[in-house]
Amino acid sequence: MTTRDIDRPQPAAAQQWRDRKRYLWLLGLVPPTAIFVATALVWAFGQLGWSAVAPVWWWIGPLLVYVILPILDRFFGPDGQNPPDEVMERLAADRYYRYCTYAYIPFQILSLVFACYLWSAQELGWLGLDGGLGLVSKIGLAISIGVMGGVGINTAHELGHKKEQLERRLSRIALAQTFYGHFYIEHNRGHHVRVSTPEDPASARFGESFWSFLPRSVWGGLKSSWHLEKTRLERLGKGPWTFRNDVLSAWLLSVALFTVLVVVFGPAVLPFLIIQAVYGFSLLESVNYLEHYGLLRRRTESGRYERCTPEHSWNSDHIVTNIFLYHLQRHSDHHANPTRRYQTLRSMDGAPNLPSGYASMVGLTYFPPLWRKVMDHRVLDHYDGDLSRVNIQPSKREKILARYGQTG
Amino acid sequence: MAAYECPVCNYVYDEATGAPREGFPAGTAWAAVPDDWCCPDCGVREKIDFEPKGT
Repeated sequence: MTTRDIDRPQPAAAQQWRDRKRYLWLLGLVPPTAIFVATALVWAFGQLGWSAVAPVWWWIGPLLVYVILPILDRFFGPDGQNPPDEVMERLAADRYYRYCTYAYIPFQILSLVFACYLWSAQELGWLGLDGGLGLVSKIGLAISIGVMGGVGINTAHELGHKKEQLERRLSRIALAQTFYGHFYIEHNRGHHVRVSTPEDPASARFGESFWSFLPRSVWGGLKSSWHLEKTRLERLGKGPWTFRNDVLSAWLLSVALFTVLVVVFGPAVLPFLIIQAVYGFSLLESVNYLEHYGLLRRRTESGRYERCTPEHSWNSDHIVTNIFLYHLQRHSDHHANPTRRYQTLRSMDGAPNLPSGYASMVGLTYFPPLWRKVMDHRVLDHYDGDLSRVNIQPSKREKILARYGQTG
Repeated sequence: MAAYECPVCNYVYDEATGAPREGFPAGTAWAAVPDDWCCPDCGVREKIDFEPKGT
């Protein structure tokens, strides 16, 4: 089922309009608290004599992303509720919604510190374990913490687009865990400017596998952020090696965080800190990959790219992933109005739709043949079969054109 | 002194205050801002899309 036909304006009068997701947004705090739930489950399973299967809970993060959320997305289906014009201002001004996102960050830090304790503890008798965690459990815990970090980049994304200083600062703190502080610069001032063009490292090309996109986007995003800050500092008459460089200061925040954790818990936590950071930003990159796959803005006669319109982002208005990613899937509206608060983002007509929620699609990105089977025909349908309008991976251009019997 | 507004997010560039963080000190004329300078708040519109704001 597509979501295209259920996003008509709501008939209810503005006075009576109620946000039915209002209290569901609190579920956005599941990722940064999941590790405490997992710990309780490990203990409970031990008490019940099920110690053999208890360690599976250390993998709660990937279980959530790859199993539970896709099933729930299928089960609960599309969202379909758009706030009417009359309530937008009131909804945006309601501070409750922003507190839901701020709350992510203290839980995120607590979870990270607690994970360091679990990685380094020699004795976890209080949890019903003999000695510390086994290596497999430690890796599972690192991946789970990485899920929290990756979803945390999405929280940072919501906060980093806002004009208030407090929210921009919180955004940078949320990015420290994954060493992705430069994302705040590159995303807002690089990606949003060049989205769905061949020049954007964070827009995936038709025929480009996730595994070739991943290094291109990670390295390209890093270079772009550095270049953007260097240009800004040049206008201020300064070189890039200064604390006023937002990229450098963001990385220093990560260095400080990791240093404190290693000093307190010992060098044994370092490999797991690295695993969680790499996994965390890779999770974000798989979302980057699916957001604009194959989509292309045309050049106008003046040589500039046409403005970004709803048709330049992949959307998916599924309610469960909507809640966990703060409406990120209403991506066309986000690109049209980047500073708009998450609770007011709307599902837009004319926007291309993915077959399921972002969470379901993330797992698919890892298997390029499957991904292309599901997505390539959707890109072509979107452009009525006209490959000249598609953002094609240059190295595969000839092969793709030959395959579809087109030239040029 | 004139002011120019981003049509997407309502960020205002006021020549009187400039945008010091962006490298345009107070008093920097709009003409001195490069054409490819993007709105620092939303990143969607460039300088040439900005609209003059009523004085």
